[in-house]
Amino acid sequence: MKGEVRELKLTVNGKPYELKVKPNTLLVDILRKHLKLTGTKIGCLDSACGACTVNIDGKAVRSCSVLALQANNREVITIEGVADGDKLHPIQEAMVEHGAIECGFCTPGMVMSARALLAENPSPTREEVREAIQGNLCADEGYVKYIEAIEIAAEKMRGGQ
Amino acid sequence: MIADFEYFAPKTAREALSLLSRYKEEAKIIAGGQSMLVVMKQCLLTPEYLIDIKGISALDYIKYDEGKGLRIGALTIHRAIEKSLVIQDHFRVLSEMEQNLATIQTRNWGTIGGNLCHGDPAGDPASVLIALNAKLKLASSAGERIVDTEEFSKDYLEVALEPNEMLTEIQVPTPPPHTGTAYEKLMVMRGDMGIVGAAVSITLKPGDGVCQDARIALSNFASTPLRAKKAEKRLIGKVITEALLAEAGEVASTEANPPADVHGSAEYRREMVKVFVKRVARLALERARAA
Repeated sequence: MKGEVRELKLTVNGKPYELKVKPNTLLVDILRKHLKLTGTKIGCLDSACGACTVNIDGKAVRSCSVLALQANNREVITIEGVADGDKLHPIQEAMVEHGAIECGFCTPGMVMSARALLAENPSPTREEVREAIQGNLCADEGYVKYIEAIEIAAEKMRGGQ
Repeated sequence: MIADFEYFAPKTAREALSLLSRYKEEAKIIAGGQSMLVVMKQCLLTPEYLIDIKGISALDYIKYDEGKGLRIGALTIHRAIEKSLVIQDHFRVLSEMEQNLATIQTRNWGTIGGNLCHGDPAGDPASVLIALNAKLKLASSAGERIVDTEEFSKDYLEVALEPNEMLTEIQVPTPPPHTGTAYEKLMVMRGDMGIVGAAVSITLKPGDGVCQDARIALSNFASTPLRAKKAEKRLIGKVITEALLAEAGEVASTEANPPADVHGSAEYRREMVKVFVKRVARLALERARAA
């Protein structure tokens, strides 16, 4: 039947969930409204700004542009799942220390894009860092600090301290 | 927001095709949905039934054989095509095209088949595949047929799929020897939709360097990806010079009445097609000479 709720099984930040969702629900709405994980931001809801970026099976994807049911049996990581308890992830730490935060609205999406990049490519060139966050808009034009912070984090994660 | 629909997630192509033959025009296939969800959010598309094929892993593959050429499953994501070593080695133009197709997030979820079936004349894959003389495999419960990529786009957001058909595979032949292919588009930012784009493939005769074959396809210059056949004719049979490249650009710019929108007027698009045909054909020529 049209609009009939369907079962959705997925893992979010390492925790398994079984939810009932209407098929027209977007992944971002499941995260924010059902699971109350409001760290993932909605900027445009139109696949333009990247604020809603999460990692699905390790890849950076826009949660406003994926039906929740398409995440069935997949592993989703949001900004809430990046830190290790109270210990910030090196990307978060570098952004805080390097001042790569303006108003902060685009920051969760930036972190998720950077996380996917560094998981796949621990030693990115500056060009590759730029490319990884090309789909994350920062209204404050804070791009340079973000790029530098991601490079600092990459170095730290490689063990350079 | 998105209107209600009934949702199916078939596990096999056969199951998807049987759903399609049951619901026909009332059903719509969704793959990555990176273009389709945008129009569904605007309620420009309100299917009764949505058949989600993203999970059909049997349609996610890249295979290469020198004789048969390249075979790409319709559900292969853009990022996989960009990163494929076999594509970088043998069809670098496809990998280059994918790098600027959209942002990484879109390329991580969107599929090449979905892009082609969306039928946007500004889409990059169709033009490149036309230049590469690629074919598309369309399947229905009744069987399969193969169409030229060039014949697939019919009008804005309209493709040559029957209501019971879906695209399953992209077939790219191995280019003849001494062939070079390139694609570039005019973008404000990398990853933007092209204001116009040009894909050019040039095959040279061994020895004398005469252009034996040329294929030119333009994106976002007409209501479909457009093959610029008159411009191709200017190149074929000649030794290509700078002046001839410029002439091909001039001719290509007259082969359609381009759209005008917030990104560019019709006049601007014509001027840019001149520039891009010339620039891309020059690169294709260099590659053909080096091949």
